[in-house]
Amino acid sequence: MIQRLFIANRGEIALRVIRTAKRLGMTTILGVSAADANSLPARVADEVALVGPAPLAQSYLSVEAVIAAAKVAKADAIHPGYGFLSENAAFAIAAAEAGIIFVGPEVASLRAMGDKLMARKVGIEAGLPVVPGGEAADKAAALARAQETGFPVLLKAVSGGGGKGMKRVDAPDQLDAMIDMAMAEAQASFGDPRIYVERFVAAGRHVEVQVLGDGETAIHLGTRDCSIQRRFQKLVEEAPAPALPDASRAAIEEAAVRLAQHLHYKGAGTVEFLVDAESFDFFFLEMNARIQVEHPVTEAITGVDLIEQQLLIAAGARLSLTQEMVQPGGHAIEVRINAEDANMDFRPSPGTITHAAWPAGPGIRVDTHMSNGGQVPPYYDSLIGKIIVSGKSREEAVAKLSAALAVTHIEGVSTTTPLHQRIAADPRFVAGGVDTRFFEGLA
Amino acid sequence: MTDLPLSPDDVAEIVALLDGGGYDRLDIRTTRFRLRVNREGSSWTQDWDFSESDAPATVAETSEAVTLPAGMVGITAPLPGTFYRAPSPGAPPFVEEGDQVGPETVVGIVETMKLMNPVHAGCSGEIVAILADNAAMVEKDAVLMHVSA
Repeated sequence: MIQRLFIANRGEIALRVIRTAKRLGMTTILGVSAADANSLPARVADEVALVGPAPLAQSYLSVEAVIAAAKVAKADAIHPGYGFLSENAAFAIAAAEAGIIFVGPEVASLRAMGDKLMARKVGIEAGLPVVPGGEAADKAAALARAQETGFPVLLKAVSGGGGKGMKRVDAPDQLDAMIDMAMAEAQASFGDPRIYVERFVAAGRHVEVQVLGDGETAIHLGTRDCSIQRRFQKLVEEAPAPALPDASRAAIEEAAVRLAQHLHYKGAGTVEFLVDAESFDFFFLEMNARIQVEHPVTEAITGVDLIEQQLLIAAGARLSLTQEMVQPGGHAIEVRINAEDANMDFRPSPGTITHAAWPAGPGIRVDTHMSNGGQVPPYYDSLIGKIIVSGKSREEAVAKLSAALAVTHIEGVSTTTPLHQRIAADPRFVAGGVDTRFFEGLA
Repeated sequence: MTDLPLSPDDVAEIVALLDGGGYDRLDIRTTRFRLRVNREGSSWTQDWDFSESDAPATVAETSEAVTLPAGMVGITAPLPGTFYRAPSPGAPPFVEEGDQVGPETVVGIVETMKLMNPVHAGCSGEIVAILADNAAMVEKDAVLMHVSA
């Protein structure tokens, strides 16, 4: 049993983990950077440990600093949240060497999925279909690879996630400049400049499957659709994926479980697929070996607390859920509220939140670390909260989303709330089943 | 440290109770927190304040005030963040002292919230001084370089 849980993250996910850990009777220790010492999660945690100064490289991304703080705090487990060190094999190894449980999959799974190229290889081994493409060690190799698969292509960071370092290239003459940008972003975000090339599927949907495994058995908790993205950054997520034929949904879920079983996967993970919006052919993209930003929509339709499952499995328990016990019901939608100015090309908008009125009521969940007077530091990403609505049907959830966004008033920084109001009113979104081009066609 | 005042489920239940009655507003103030729940049309909002006494000590951050020498134009940071002089580690800097720039010349990058934001010179002239070090934290509007017009 875990008694002292160290949370190696910040923002809304830190608060989210603290809530469940406290409910399970654990003592929570939050590792913070100097910029977050006064944050809401820091006030709510039982104990706070300073990991380092504000810059990421010296705090949340420093394996040494985080492990040192967790050791001093006498933690018996570390929850890494998402992003930061959550899928870093060296971090998981360092935790194990310090005698601390890493709340995440085995190192072998992190290695198999930690890098997108390796993930492709393992996906193929498990018998999953993948998108044509492959590695590009340098510019010449990238060009050769792109000519092989045909333009447009996507450049992706090998160690990537969250759209960072990902660029679409339409023609050979853009490749050179885009590779520089992609590599610089990949280096800054992940400390690894390597990229690879994949064919760009124009009318594609992003569908993912939540899985849970205990090393021996694996189950799925249904699909999520995250097709509404801007520059490969998810904006809206829903569960289950709408407008998907039952046979396709079942095949995608089955493939996800097959991969989890192939890996003897332990913990919570997400298997991502690119689904052709017309033919419903699907391709395995990658597996995220961690909790995801959009996990609440799955929780809303299944009633399963995924953080609790992570903590139980990490402590050595077998899965207490069977596939038959998971019976998703209703529909849930999450929108990410970012401190960004959509009218200024989504320029980040750090600062002080002078007033934060979030929606409230039945079927509305708000995961946020922002209250009145909250600080949005310039050092980290711009997510300030997530609004999750659920209803018996998708129609009901969409109506609830519009109503919730109409009463969301965040002042002091610019936010993406107005953008989400437009999305919620868009007839294509209301109808459901949009592909990843949705954002380009947004009025 | 404070405990979590109310769970999201608690707030949803409070709203359900209020929704069935004639009340439009709930304002709870304790030593630890203040929660206001307000009716807005057919919807409800929640907003929270947490008492300052619970706050851990904050770390003060200072920024140096820089005055601009006569005849110089300053190139300023468009956003707060980390300033980089080169497009990637090991690459040559965008500009050096003595270089001629135009308004659209990219002279550096400010990384804010993990996004790379180009810094444009915004004016024409010669780079006379580069004030911000590579990888330095800069405030919004901090003067990064001096340009002689």
